[in-house]
Amino acid sequence: MKIQRIEVEQVARLARLALQDDELEALTEQMDQLLAYVEKLNELDTEGIIPTAHAVPMENAFRADEIKASIGTEKALSNAPQREESCFVVPKVIE
Amino acid sequence: MHSRYEVVIGLEVHVQLTTKTKIFCGCATAFGRQPNSQTCPVCLGLPGALPVLNQQAVEYAIRAGLATHCTIAPRSIFARKNYFYPDLPKGYQISQFELPVCEHGWLDIDLNHKEPKRIGITRIHMEEDAGKLLHGGTAGSRVDLNRACTPLLEVVSEPDMRSADEAIEYLKQLHQIVMYLGICDGNLEEGSFRCDANVSLRPFGQAELGTRAELKNINSFRFIKQAIEYEVERQADILDEGGKIIQETRLFDADSGTTRSMRGKEEAHDYRYFPDPDLVPLVIDAAWIEGVRAELPELPEAKRQRYIEQLGLPAYDAGVLAAERAVAEYFDALVALHPQAKICSNWVMGEVLRALKEKESSISACPLPPAALASLLQRIDDNTISNKIAKQVFEAMWQSGAGADEIIDQQGLKQVSDSGAIEGLVDEILAANSAQVEQYRGGNEKVLGFFVGQVMRASKGKANPALVNQILQNKLGSRS
Repeated sequence: MKIQRIEVEQVARLARLALQDDELEALTEQMDQLLAYVEKLNELDTEGIIPTAHAVPMENAFRADEIKASIGTEKALSNAPQREESCFVVPKVIE
Repeated sequence: MHSRYEVVIGLEVHVQLTTKTKIFCGCATAFGRQPNSQTCPVCLGLPGALPVLNQQAVEYAIRAGLATHCTIAPRSIFARKNYFYPDLPKGYQISQFELPVCEHGWLDIDLNHKEPKRIGITRIHMEEDAGKLLHGGTAGSRVDLNRACTPLLEVVSEPDMRSADEAIEYLKQLHQIVMYLGICDGNLEEGSFRCDANVSLRPFGQAELGTRAELKNINSFRFIKQAIEYEVERQADILDEGGKIIQETRLFDADSGTTRSMRGKEEAHDYRYFPDPDLVPLVIDAAWIEGVRAELPELPEAKRQRYIEQLGLPAYDAGVLAAERAVAEYFDALVALHPQAKICSNWVMGEVLRALKEKESSISACPLPPAALASLLQRIDDNTISNKIAKQVFEAMWQSGAGADEIIDQQGLKQVSDSGAIEGLVDEILAANSAQVEQYRGGNEKVLGFFVGQVMRASKGKANPALVNQILQNKLGSRS
């Protein structure tokens, strides 16, 4: 096994996914298969090769430091499930 | 501070960059605007939006790296730092992880002008800021995303500091540098320069580091010192009782001067960094680096050294003058016009900075440009006025904006160096104070000061003090 159920539970928790028992079972099996497949890459000798960070062979996509019009408070909040004055409202965060 | 344990401090400083726009979008970064008015699909984290790197922010990062003796990475990568928090709209923060833009730097700190101590800088990386959570709303917590995606540099030090004072000195130096570089407004209260402190203790002689606590939420140098000192006591007490330090994040509470555990974030410490597929690698070539290097201003450390070694100023003066770039440039301009460094230093530190402080003003708003002050100092130098009168003229110049000569003429402050006139005054004073004359002749030479004071007062401060002294001594001596 490449992955244990407890690790799948951990990953699900980090992603805030509430999975049922049977889902955890199935996902553990599927993820195990995926990892076994990807494992094939380990057969390659990657000594001295820079890790790929991007799929496109390109670098330095920049923009100049020039202000562009924002979309505005009303538009920004237009999809907010809950708002108060100019702010999004989320369940109380206690620090 | 406890003497049983060695204190080990490492600092993480978030420096908010003064670019006009955010790091990955063209929204403005102005502080204090209507909540969520400076937002767009990129910084709101809407699906499908594409972040594009602000070139100016990269340039600022290079400046910071060069000024702190870092190596600038020829190739660096942006990564996603994954965690959920309501101030983070995308569910991840774009940061740098394995390949930061700057590494392996240092700063020398100099407590009490003794041996400088070198503090290592592990890395400087670029990242976006999160939004702001406002508590105390009726329905829940409010979220303002104006700050989301604002460019930050995170400057991570080695755990090289051994006391709160060293930590503060390092922070002040770093603060001066980013201000000199013009990359940060340095406002601690508004959060433009934020510090997290990692504090741990270990028995003296132990190489291994103790378990650390991370102190957050500290927005002044004084509070940082307070927070570290409180934390050192807290940990020492636990260790004394045979307890164990828990690795955790603690919040500083300014009201009580204590730190308290910030529970809940511990389990989320698995950030699962991976390269952000939205951003291509950042490549910085030597020409770019050298171009930035050529534009760097003279930095505080170099200024202090020059003031001490070339201008012969005391270390204290050099420290005060170099602390703020605008003050140092004022002083440099003054010395260029009036090449008597110590006199210039005395006037800048004594009069200019005092007057600015009284008026709660800053050097950029100083009504007396260096050339005006230089012309005043020139009048002391050529004996037109005494140092004391010069301070009076200084005040008048400050108030009216008029030139030194104009005020000296208008108010008739020109120093009297006419020995005939002074002799007349001296004779009057001696005649009116025969008892003191007897004392002087009886051997009490301290009375001379009394006579000088009387003559100066009679001349309304305008008599040349050196001449008064000389004439007094002659007259008192000649009658004995």
